[in-house]
Amino acid sequence: MTMAGGAEGRSTNMACDECVRRSWLVARLAGHLERRRAERTAIRGVLALRDEELIAALGGGRRAVIAAEWDQITPADVLARWSLSGSRALCRCDPRYPAALNDLPDPPAVLHLLGDPGRADELLAGQDGQRGCVAVVGARRSSVEAVEVARDIGRGCAAAGLAVVSGMALGIDSAAHTGALDASGATIAVLACGPDRVYPPSRGRLHAEIAARGLVLSELPPGTTPYRWAFPARNRIIAALAGLTVVVEAAARSGSLITAEIALELGRGVGAVPGPVASWRSSGTNALLRDGAHVIRNARDVLDDLCGAGGARQASDQLELELSGLEPRLRETLIAVDRGADSLAAHASTPEAVAGALEALAELELLGLVTRLPGGRYAVTRRLSSAADDRCEVLTNLTHPGDRASR
Amino acid sequence: MIARVTTFTIDGLEPRAVVVEADLRAGLPAFTIVGLADRAVSEARERVKAAILNSGFEFPQRRVTVNLAPAHVRKAGGGFDLAIACAILAAEGALSAADLAPLAVFGELSLGGEVRACPGTLAAAEGARRLGLDGLVVPLDRSREAALIDGVCAVGIACLAELPAALRGDGPPPPPPLAPAAPLVPAPDLSDVRGHAAPIEALTVAAAGAHHLLLSGPPGTGKTMLARRLPSILPPLESDEAIEVTRIHSVRGLHGEAGLVLRRPFRAPHHTTSAAGLVGGGRPPVPGEATLAHRGVLFLDELAEFDRRALESLRQPLEDGHVTIARDQRALRFPTRFSLVAATNPCPCGRGGRACRCGEADRARYRRKLSGALLDRIDLLVAVERPTADELAADPVTTSERALGRVAAARERQRDRTGCLNGDLTPAALRATAGADDGAERALRALYERGAVSARGRDRLLRVARTIADLDGVDGVGRAHVLRAAAYRQDESQASVAA
Repeated sequence: MTMAGGAEGRSTNMACDECVRRSWLVARLAGHLERRRAERTAIRGVLALRDEELIAALGGGRRAVIAAEWDQITPADVLARWSLSGSRALCRCDPRYPAALNDLPDPPAVLHLLGDPGRADELLAGQDGQRGCVAVVGARRSSVEAVEVARDIGRGCAAAGLAVVSGMALGIDSAAHTGALDASGATIAVLACGPDRVYPPSRGRLHAEIAARGLVLSELPPGTTPYRWAFPARNRIIAALAGLTVVVEAAARSGSLITAEIALELGRGVGAVPGPVASWRSSGTNALLRDGAHVIRNARDVLDDLCGAGGARQASDQLELELSGLEPRLRETLIAVDRGADSLAAHASTPEAVAGALEALAELELLGLVTRLPGGRYAVTRRLSSAADDRCEVLTNLTHPGDRASR
Repeated sequence: MIARVTTFTIDGLEPRAVVVEADLRAGLPAFTIVGLADRAVSEARERVKAAILNSGFEFPQRRVTVNLAPAHVRKAGGGFDLAIACAILAAEGALSAADLAPLAVFGELSLGGEVRACPGTLAAAEGARRLGLDGLVVPLDRSREAALIDGVCAVGIACLAELPAALRGDGPPPPPPLAPAAPLVPAPDLSDVRGHAAPIEALTVAAAGAHHLLLSGPPGTGKTMLARRLPSILPPLESDEAIEVTRIHSVRGLHGEAGLVLRRPFRAPHHTTSAAGLVGGGRPPVPGEATLAHRGVLFLDELAEFDRRALESLRQPLEDGHVTIARDQRALRFPTRFSLVAATNPCPCGRGGRACRCGEADRARYRRKLSGALLDRIDLLVAVERPTADELAADPVTTSERALGRVAAARERQRDRTGCLNGDLTPAALRATAGADDGAERALRALYERGAVSARGRDRLLRVARTIADLDGVDGVGRAHVLRAAAYRQDESQASVAA
């Protein structure tokens, strides 16, 4: 592909004509692709076809009409229309396009980005102390514990300078993003619809937060509604962007396993968080582990994997130091919560113990070391052995709760 | 020939005096009742006629007109039968009008002339006292109920034929008021409960400070069992409270044994109950579950399954301690001072914790069903867990008697300090009298800054902390009390964490 004249000079849009036409075409054919998916025709590889072949393969009876429309579009007008939503287009001919995506057999022609331009470039180029990206993905219908694990990993990785990539779906994905935002770290949401659309709709606030402080990107132009085929398609982008894909919780046949599979094909690392062997929720992740995925227990394991063994050691010593400053009673309670005593009742079996348990749990919550889940249960906010390079900073934040409240 | 007899109609819970006038004059034999009477009153004609004839009296073969005055008051129910019969007999001269004048009459008649109980006898007796009457003629089995009101002589009769003797004063002597006897079935006691130390402590706090409580836990863990035992740790009804409760139960006809209600009521309406069923309504308006639970416990099991509108309707009762129902251009006021205990599953599948099969979206939806006006008024949230095998084998953690002792002492402290219970204090009065020390203020501030509580939640926290301090017998609220209260709070930040 060649760089078209004029496109380079734009500050907001950085896409050559050919890539714009390609991105327009994919969006135009999205509905056709959806129908093919419903017919269970294999769609893998379709996005790797050249433009004309794509029209021929998907257009069906309308292929002549679509070809005619495609011939007539003016890339500049299309770009102008896209930019109305506030998103930017970044094409694969641009030097800022993430090289990692070129490992894909079918890299997206244009990435539609929503977020601060400078920050977006840094995130995609892996500059500014970025150590790369980690993908944290998993089930939408996830257990409360797994959500906490995902948030913990997101928080720890982001605090250590990794960008956390995920799909903003309910459950694990959202928790990973939230964790990264909690640590004021970098996070990238890859959507299966236009970057300006919020899907799932209940994640409006998260979408706005990520757009403001991280990056939202999509292969599909602004305004495109989510299609079912687009979810596995965006999974390939997640897998390609990240050096390591961590599946936190996935049942058998979960969509997150597609991400892991693509990551494996691309030669990226795959990790999984182990779950109870008898749990249907964890059957997918446990199968991945059986097949040789890295065991991921916390952010520290991610860092060890991505940055070499021992990368996170010093920081964990720091945490132990911090914990040793706790009153013995609080430390005992914290350790008990970490070992599964997640309700008040588990800490207060006698009437005499009730007052002390109430007090200790509230104190720990005030210190930010445990959090209250719906229905009055408790969970530790980070696994005790987990740590990140910037742990000191994280702990400082904890002792000054005002910083957190202001977000 | 004309005669007048006083009786009562029950308007909501209030007795309203009605004068029954009977007029006999020459003409074709006829019997008419006028004066805004409902169907049950109009049907009184047949009952009254048969009862008079079957009791050995003559029914006047003349033109009989009965008027229920005042004419604008709607009259309902069967309680007018006896009064109508008395008025007719007095007009005819079979009864002495002078004997009847200082009395009121309240009861229903059977065709055979037996006098039957009808709901609201206690209210009628209170009406008689307000009118300054000497006595009230009531069905025999209700005479003990009527006798609860001082200064009103309850004249109990079993059938209409006994009336002349009773009026002359040579009938059977009035029975003594029902002595407060021990109830036949002992109230459920906390000593039946094994384990559950934390929820029992929460119950005690709720009882001591008149706080409302939410129990969350999987099915079958003992939420209902715990809630049923809350009345046993509330101080016994005081005599005026007992009369109030008895009156309500008598008007609703729930009051079987015809004496003073001594036990605090425990009402557990099913989750399909409508708004009218909960707070009262209908035509004429009758009190609902909230009023039946007055001075006792209203238990809403499966809170999330209740109709949203029904729950919203509880807002005024919870806030004001009464509910106002407007029907037919008048407003009735029912008292609703109850302790609310709500129970809910932790999530739609009910398993909770690790066994839960719900997705985050399911849980969020479930939480949304619970949110709203009602939760705003619930100060305490506690998770109820399955007791461990050890706890089941162990001795009960406490008994109702012991818990009641602590509750009574804590209530005493509150009354000495502010004259009312912490749950009834206004936020301003609470802040002024709580006596929070520096450590408590710092803890409250830290929780607020963390976003763990809202401004309203901060007051609630202080309220509960004040009660916990009262249970400890301490004058000031310390940091420990605030922290303990914080462990019971409902999480208001939960929604923002999920989003």
